Amino acid sequence: MISFAPSKEQKMVKDSFAQVVRDLVTPAAHDMDEAGEIPADIIQKTWELGASISYVPEAFGGDGMEYSPVLNAIALEELAFGDMAFAVAATAPSLFITPLLDFGTEKQKKKYLPTVCKDQYCVSTLAVTEPFLGFDVTSMKTTAEKKNGSYVLNGTKCFVPMAGRAQDILVAAMDEGRPQLFVVSAKNPGISISEREKNLGLYALETHKVTLENCEVPAGDRLGEAEGVNFSRIMQKTRVGLSAMATGIARASYELARKYAREREQFGEFIGQRQAVAFMVAEMAYETDSMRLLTWKAASMLENGKDAAREAALARMYAGEMSMKICDYGVQVMGGHGYIRDYPMERNYRNARGVAIWDAMATV
Amino acid sequence: MINLDTPDVILKVKTAMNGLAASLLRPVARKYDEAEHEYPTELDVFRGLNVMGGPKKKKDKAEGGEKDKKDKKDRMGTNLGTVVTVEEMCWGDAGLMLSIPNAGLGNAAISAVATEEQKERFGNKWAAMAITEAASGSDSGSISTTAELDGDEWVLNGEKIFVTCADRCDAVVVWATLDKEAGKRGIKSFVVEKGTPGFTLAHLEHKLGIRASDTGTFVLNNCRIPKGNILGSAEIKKTTEGFKGVMKTFDNTRPMVAAMSLGIARAALDFTREKLDEAGVALDYETNPNNQSSMQKDYLWMEANLEAMRLLTWRAAWMADNETSNSLEASMCKAKAGRYGTLITLKCAEILGPLGISREYLAEKWMRDSKIMDIFEGTGQIQHLIIARSVLKMSSKELK
Ligand SMILES: Cc1cc2nc3c(=O)[nH]c(=O)nc-3n(C[C@H](O)[C@H](O)[C@H](O)COP(=O)(O)OP(=O)(O)OC[C@H]3O[C@@H](n4cnc5c(N)ncnc54)[C@H](O)[C@@H]3O)c2cc1C
Repeated sequence: MISFAPSKEQKMVKDSFAQVVRDLVTPAAHDMDEAGEIPADIIQKTWELGASISYVPEAFGGDGMEYSPVLNAIALEELAFGDMAFAVAATAPSLFITPLLDFGTEKQKKKYLPTVCKDQYCVSTLAVTEPFLGFDVTSMKTTAEKKNGSYVLNGTKCFVPMAGRAQDILVAAMDEGRPQLFVVSAKNPGISISEREKNLGLYALETHKVTLENCEVPAGDRLGEAEGVNFSRIMQKTRVGLSAMATGIARASYELARKYAREREQFGEFIGQRQAVAFMVAEMAYETDSMRLLTWKAASMLENGKDAAREAALARMYAGEMSMKICDYGVQVMGGHGYIRDYPMERNYRNARGVAIWDAMATV
Repeated sequence: MINLDTPDVILKVKTAMNGLAASLLRPVARKYDEAEHEYPTELDVFRGLNVMGGPKKKKDKAEGGEKDKKDKKDRMGTNLGTVVTVEEMCWGDAGLMLSIPNAGLGNAAISAVATEEQKERFGNKWAAMAITEAASGSDSGSISTTAELDGDEWVLNGEKIFVTCADRCDAVVVWATLDKEAGKRGIKSFVVEKGTPGFTLAHLEHKLGIRASDTGTFVLNNCRIPKGNILGSAEIKKTTEGFKGVMKTFDNTRPMVAAMSLGIARAALDFTREKLDEAGVALDYETNPNNQSSMQKDYLWMEANLEAMRLLTWRAAWMADNETSNSLEASMCKAKAGRYGTLITLKCAEILGPLGISREYLAEKWMRDSKIMDIFEGTGQIQHLIIARSVLKMSSKELK
């Protein structure tokens, strides 16, 4: 039956992530953004909670838990509530792991999963987005051509999270007109990884351009080998994940605005006592809830083994637009103080823009 | 465990109710939009059907027992069942749904607070609800219709406007004050039956939309009703708890209004989709919305909002079924659905171009019907006020 209440396990996961966020991420978020760097110990703490590898079978080095899109959404919302850049950095390896688990052959899983399922945080990542206007997966320009029993990849990717530290990168390319994924070692002579990109938001997140020039990949490294991957399924999961993170940013802005509206006094009373401000806060409240419910709906369908192409797309679209609107309201409620980098609202505003366009990463 | 995947039980109810709406309401939607104030005789088939989840007979305990508990997990609660049904009915026609016999707002009030004896007397009557007065709309605590006890009878005086089902109902639940000085604490509700001397239906309104629903004004002029027709206690308490108790019925009715808005908006979207299909415009969930036409992007945006309206509404109803306080969530779904129902139906009429304006189709009607959902049962602003007070933890004095 339908239920809006979390189970004990779901509550536990939420609480454990919330605690790391409260104790470590939120207090460090400002400094991480200024320094453009995330302290290794905080990432490691999250890694130990199993953000990326808990659902990898034990045989491949994971904890052997069942993969749950709903639990995943709950965890991602909490992390992004703390800081979006942190959330993406901490979970970047799952961008590599999840498609591998879903579509990799036994041989591929055996070969690659243990390389990321370690006690220490380590990275392999996913490269989908390309640097041109109106990018989406259906119009991807990177190509894979079969030549003498291997594939030759050509194209450019951008916003590839943590690419500079990656051992392997799953690269999306058009293979006979269909998007497919290829495992490319960062050591492959045909791949070059740029300096860190400089972005509008997510200062603390390392992202890179990845260029593939006649990059030769053995046929056995096409994910799923002969079967290939169902890109729509991959998009569904990543879209749900992105929506969950957008919900986290929106909630962070909402909570800041709610607090500020009760503290800031003008004209002899709290600004929240005026409807013009109060109604914005009210809207932030129910729109954040709407984002979460849409995310959970798509996640629930995935959890029940259903196709959620429509629901995931709607959740993502809603999350992209609404997180931007909510963060905009948030800055407005704080006035000039919302515009100053000393306050976290300014960071949310920049970070939310990234979410809205990042489908893209087709994904995160 | 969180699971928002729509279960088969709900899909079954949806399909059944949609069939009912498609065969009974939709075919006469235009007819009663044009024939305002005419009684829709087609609705008589609903008498005794209890589709809208009116007062339920208490189930014999022995009948349920162990099995009852076990099945509870798989059963759909009454409130959730109601909002699912209301959406489908209003997909058929909202004005007609409001005219389904014995499913008035007054019926909800009676079944919520009436004594067994009162349920016996009024349970089978079609009951409207009269709160609003010319000078008291959103500020329902300021009403000036009075009730005075005279021997074994209450004497009511005043005027009530905008009463839904005014013409068709058998009885009206009238809000009146025992003591104007006492403010909200003095407000009580009374059942006044049609035909009582001094109780007259003075006027029926002509409206922008939901024309199939009759909206009217009642005048109460030394109207005498039995002492036993008061709902709840006659005592004026020290606190406003009593008034708050009455307001609690809104926790159940607001999700219903949200569901009404949902039904109309979905009707408009379904029709738009059909016309887009005919024109060869396909919807695409994989492509970046920015690479699609503005029409397609608008459609996806509306679809996402419709989904948000529905999930907020189902959540509020589900909480009521699970005996969790839902005042905040009830206002949230009403605020979102009231506003976005209006925006969606307006946008559909725009996208449809000439088809959205012509009275040959229903899109222009849905646009008119939808607007009331952001007005009655508490306007959009009032819902925002309730939400804001709740999340900002402010009293009605602190946040006016
Ligand atoms: C078709 C129809 C059917 C109806 N059916 C019934 C019925 O069955 N029974 C019944 O009792 N009533 C019924 N009503 C009345 C309805 O509930 C009221 O119209 C509604 O509550 C608003 O009151 P009002 O029209 O006096 O507007 P007002 O209260 O005068 O409001 C005017 C505007 O001011 C805004 N406003 C008011 N107060 C505030 C505030 N504190 N803060 C911010 N904004 C504010 C409102 O949101 C609105 O935009 C019906 C109305 C219609 C049109």
